[in-house]
Amino acid sequence: MSAPQHQEPVSFAFDEESEAQIVKILKRYPETKKASGVIPLLYVVQKQMGRQTGSAWVPRVAMDQVALRLGMAPIRVYEVASFYFMFNTKPIGRHHLQVCGTTPCWLRGSDEVLRACKDAGRLKGYGDTSEDGLFTLTEVECLGACVNAPILQVDDDYYEDLDYDSAVKLIEALKRGERPEPGSAKGRLCSAPEGGPETLLDIPLAEEK
Amino acid sequence: MAKVTVDGIEIEVPNGATVLQACEAAAKEIPRFCYHERLSVAGNCRMCLVEVEKAPKPVASCAYPVADGMKVFTDSPMVRNARRNVMEFLLINHPLDCPICDQGGECDLQDQATAYGGQGGRYREEKRAVKDKYLGPLVKTIMNRCIQCTRCVRFATEVAGVPELGATGRGEDMQIGTYVEKALTTELSGNLIDICPVGALTSRPYAYVARPWELRKTDSIDVLDATGTNIRVDTRGPEVVRILPRVNDDVNEEWMADRGRFAFDGLKRQRLDRPWVRKDGKLRQASWEEAFAVISEKMQGLKGDQVGAIAGDLVDAESAFALRALMRGLSSANTDCRQDGAAIDTSRRDFYLFNTGIAGIEEADALVIIGSNPRKEAPVLNARIRKRWASGALKVAHIGPKGLDLTYNTEHLGEGPAAIAGLMDGSLGFAETLKAASKPMVIVGRAALARPDGAAVLAAAWDLANAFGGLTPEWHGFNVLHLFGGQVGALDAGFVPGEGGRDVAGMLQGGLEALWLLGADNIEASAIPAGTFVVYQGHHGGKAAARADVILPGAAYTEKEGTYVSTEGRVQRGRLALFPPGEAKEDWRIIRAAGAALDVALDFDTLDALRERMVAFNPIFGAVDGRMAGGCADTAGPQAGGALGEAAFTLPISDYWLADAVSRASETMAQCSRIYNDPAPRLAAE
Repeated sequence: MSAPQHQEPVSFAFDEESEAQIVKILKRYPETKKASGVIPLLYVVQKQMGRQTGSAWVPRVAMDQVALRLGMAPIRVYEVASFYFMFNTKPIGRHHLQVCGTTPCWLRGSDEVLRACKDAGRLKGYGDTSEDGLFTLTEVECLGACVNAPILQVDDDYYEDLDYDSAVKLIEALKRGERPEPGSAKGRLCSAPEGGPETLLDIPLAEEK
Repeated sequence: MAKVTVDGIEIEVPNGATVLQACEAAAKEIPRFCYHERLSVAGNCRMCLVEVEKAPKPVASCAYPVADGMKVFTDSPMVRNARRNVMEFLLINHPLDCPICDQGGECDLQDQATAYGGQGGRYREEKRAVKDKYLGPLVKTIMNRCIQCTRCVRFATEVAGVPELGATGRGEDMQIGTYVEKALTTELSGNLIDICPVGALTSRPYAYVARPWELRKTDSIDVLDATGTNIRVDTRGPEVVRILPRVNDDVNEEWMADRGRFAFDGLKRQRLDRPWVRKDGKLRQASWEEAFAVISEKMQGLKGDQVGAIAGDLVDAESAFALRALMRGLSSANTDCRQDGAAIDTSRRDFYLFNTGIAGIEEADALVIIGSNPRKEAPVLNARIRKRWASGALKVAHIGPKGLDLTYNTEHLGEGPAAIAGLMDGSLGFAETLKAASKPMVIVGRAALARPDGAAVLAAAWDLANAFGGLTPEWHGFNVLHLFGGQVGALDAGFVPGEGGRDVAGMLQGGLEALWLLGADNIEASAIPAGTFVVYQGHHGGKAAARADVILPGAAYTEKEGTYVSTEGRVQRGRLALFPPGEAKEDWRIIRAAGAALDVALDFDTLDALRERMVAFNPIFGAVDGRMAGGCADTAGPQAGGALGEAAFTLPISDYWLADAVSRASETMAQCSRIYNDPAPRLAAE
């Protein structure tokens, strides 16, 4: 697979909102160890790019800015940014569809979620960005929400307990510019059993006492 | 101290030592790739696994601290098995291209695979392919061969001080590179080739040139800067094919600057390989007899003060001493080796040496650099300063051009000599640092002495070192940083104006009938008065050679037995690695023969006799490989001679890659100069 060519912006500057976040982040670290803030700052960059351009990614010029801000060599920032999949070093679509393909999600039907993403989002497969620039599809490793498998992470939100239809519905809503409530598509609370409690029924709830 | 038993051998090692160091102390060989004793510990190649009693698994000895009573086994079945399997993993993605690999025959991976590896690989799948990276004109990369030991990353970051290399990506996609393609901006890039344990980083000029077993290896000394780097000259047949550093912990550790390492192709080009004589205004080829006949005709009978000699920057002490003897035999006191006109006071040796010593830098706690850029003038010495700075114990300030990147943080005190006065009267903040320092150092660049107020700068630098306790019987903090390997040797050989003699400027003013230039290639032809008979003796035709009336072809530093004195005053011997080209001869022999032609009795017929004469003249020449170390016995400074000027200090080396006659003839260096001086960084891969 040859990497698609993309246009790097010529410059990057933190906006006001980002600056406020940076002040907050840097307070967590002593001055001599401020390089520890590299990951939070890269997130700040990615968020700002999302706000400004509709594509949440980290351009190289922005990494240079992070390096400058943290007093570290640019290559050390490149190393971190290229190590973690959570940082997009290439432009992506407005919504980042991240399908968990690890065993529990796969057993619970992540293939169906993937199919829904391809069909509804008009995507060819993992790594693809739709022609309208709305979606980018990525396969991710375990998102740590196996009890609510399968999971589709859209940007920062977890959509859980999906199947083909609910995933299509979710993507159609995103296309209309809506933002459905994250969480279980089946309406369960966190990871509570589907359709109400099934065990420990003989113990009265506190309010019933 | 901790008592450790290695394979039944009981040894004591300091607390905090690693198991690997303990094993080495017990003379047990531990294979390794990522571990390098001069770099930080990474612990990622896993080749150095050993068995430790009561440890459930083999441990990586390079990163495992010793404990008292520890029992280590380096040759148990578990260890052998572990190493064999680590080796199998390392070789999974390593191409089997040893027959076409330049590292073949001197490759750590090849050797250790033979010694510790298994019978063959069981891997039948696709090997990964990695795109080659562009690291500049000197280092060639074949990244498929990389085993990701990260030695190069650590070297660039820690020793060279240019954190530009890194490991990007993760897992199988991890790659070593600069991310943004560009040439590494360091003068020490050749060392990456040495520390790479495989053939991923190899020498571009040496690509497909020779195999190590074809080479004749000669230990010698680098003269292209004044560090006195210990080198090994590898020759095959009649040419130098590469130059490598030798380990000398007191001088260069195991590093080497790029100019010394890669400029050798200049030794083959633009050489003076036969005598030339000017006839009817044109230089024509001649025989040695004709050349000496012309010299004898023109110079015999001249009065002493009508004759003069200037020595260049790369001359060996023998030829400087021989030429001095010849001049004195002609009763001339006009000898000078300071083409740049540096106001060097030769009345005492410590007025012109790097007295602290290169290894001594590692004791210093404050440093003021005056009118020098050690990164360009002596890159290996600069790496030593950086090493001390990185340990946190050294504070550095510099006086000179603003915006100098020395690879470590410095406080800029000012551009001109006024800053020295500012330190003396305490008006600059760095004076407090100097006051608090127990071993302060002052480095004054040679170029800072080559100005009209040079003598005053020299005296002021001395006073500065003295005022802050840098000159004590235990510690000598006054340092002059010379630029080239022949400069100190010529001073030690007394190649300075004798009683009533003229210096370089005086000789060029006129009044000389004959001028002898010994490798003095920085003299502008137009600066020599018309009508002066000029003899140029040297190996490369510099600017002055075109002006010469007689050219005598000499030997370069790889082609003769020569003594060189480094900036720290270390007397070292360069050795003959190959014979001079054509009819060129060793320089002292040429001068000896000229003495015979001019009826001057020179009392040496052999190199040994010449060296005996030199030791008699200056006993320092007897202390080969040593240097006069120690403190400052007499704090009385050099003669001031005038007041400090106002002018800002300028740096002597504007183009590192083309700073001397050899590198100006080198194609490799010309290419470096083009690429590194290009204001637009090269972004495209080759």
